[in-house]
Amino acid sequence: MSLYPRNFQLHVPTSLREAIEVLEALGEDAKPLAGGQSLIPMMKLRIAAPSAIVYLGPLKGELSYVRDGDNHVEIGALTTHSEVAESPLLRRWNPLVSETAAHIGDVQVRNMGTIGGSLAHADPSADYPAAMAALGAEIVVAGRSGTRTVPAGEFFVDAYTTSLRPGELVVAVRVPKLRGRYSAAYGKVAKIATDFAIVGVAVHVSVDERGQVADIGIGLTGVGPTPHRPRDVEEGAFGERLGPELAERIAEAVSRSVDPPTDLRATSEYRRRALRALTERALRRIHSDIARAQ
Amino acid sequence: MVAIRVRVNGVQYEHDVEPRLLLAHYLRDYIGLRSVRIGCDTTNCGACTVLLDGKAVKSCTVFAFMANNAEVVTLEGISEGGLHPLQMAFAEEHGLQCGYCTSGMVMTLYYYLNKARRVPSEDEVRRAIEGNLCRCTGYVGIVRAALKAARQMYG
Repeated sequence: MSLYPRNFQLHVPTSLREAIEVLEALGEDAKPLAGGQSLIPMMKLRIAAPSAIVYLGPLKGELSYVRDGDNHVEIGALTTHSEVAESPLLRRWNPLVSETAAHIGDVQVRNMGTIGGSLAHADPSADYPAAMAALGAEIVVAGRSGTRTVPAGEFFVDAYTTSLRPGELVVAVRVPKLRGRYSAAYGKVAKIATDFAIVGVAVHVSVDERGQVADIGIGLTGVGPTPHRPRDVEEGAFGERLGPELAERIAEAVSRSVDPPTDLRATSEYRRRALRALTERALRRIHSDIARAQ
Repeated sequence: MVAIRVRVNGVQYEHDVEPRLLLAHYLRDYIGLRSVRIGCDTTNCGACTVLLDGKAVKSCTVFAFMANNAEVVTLEGISEGGLHPLQMAFAEEHGLQCGYCTSGMVMTLYYYLNKARRVPSEDEVRRAIEGNLCRCTGYVGIVRAALKAARQMYG
């Protein structure tokens, strides 16, 4: 037995401008293809059967990079998960992004899959969206009329649905440089490494000189159609002393802040309990990372 | 049809292929490299793992045209001068039973050990093969084989 995608018309543009023009001309039934680690499996299962593919591989030179900005780090859309995971710049300034990337799928998937492709696909169980929500990242999209920047909170509209307009492509992601004494963690529960997360938690925390929370971001995946950022929980943590007690309190509040779905992978109650455990674990690790770095 | 040029195990090939042709089928049916296994066909099992420009990928989840102007290495390509230390270690340490997952397993470990350039821990080996499923061995022999090969390569 073998799975074959429906045949399609192939377009291989050599510049971003050309890619956008081709996508716009072809309309809704054309799909951009980056690393293919979501789209190709969907095409093999015929969940997706586009009549045309616009292959973005030749744009790697233009759109694969991790760049130092003043207050942020910019990641080109065609940067693979492996490249993000190993980027010294991200490990230094925003370890939440590199750590999340290191948890995606398996090494073979990370070697092909791209950050732009993953975000545009907007799978409700994907790993990156949780981190982007936690960080308040900005997603840079380009279309015929130019480039615009969309906050992560507005980018994810519904399951597999983003605020990208027809003919628009994700070209980059900007994540903030974390400040002060900080650490970050991503944790998830999945049946096997290659399966999607049942739930996942992305957390970053910065503390002041007294060890009190000066900044915190929490992003959750697997709890609804889009990544969830429990802002009220974050706000309640500001000024509190980071430690095991606060970890437990935040974890409890996080699990109360969601009403996750029941599906084939897990019940709602399972998800809520897993979130609590993952959040507490992540915060304890962040606490010991920061303590150790002193 | 789309024209592709691919270097496979050091040999340059040129073919016209359907855009929907997957790299795994290209390697098996056009080049005749049967070490490339179709297992789950759903990006889970890793039996089809090959190196694409030096990186381990699941060739059932890559279109052949995506390998245009690239270099592919399959299991056949790492054992041209005799069995690779990984292959020897798999045989000696009972790293396989039915053998279906073995070529993918070896290719993932080949990629990992070449990148690590040192003897990894058992835990690191287990993480490295997260994307490769084995339904016979319980992984114990595979992990032992990987560590033995690593010691021979870098010990």
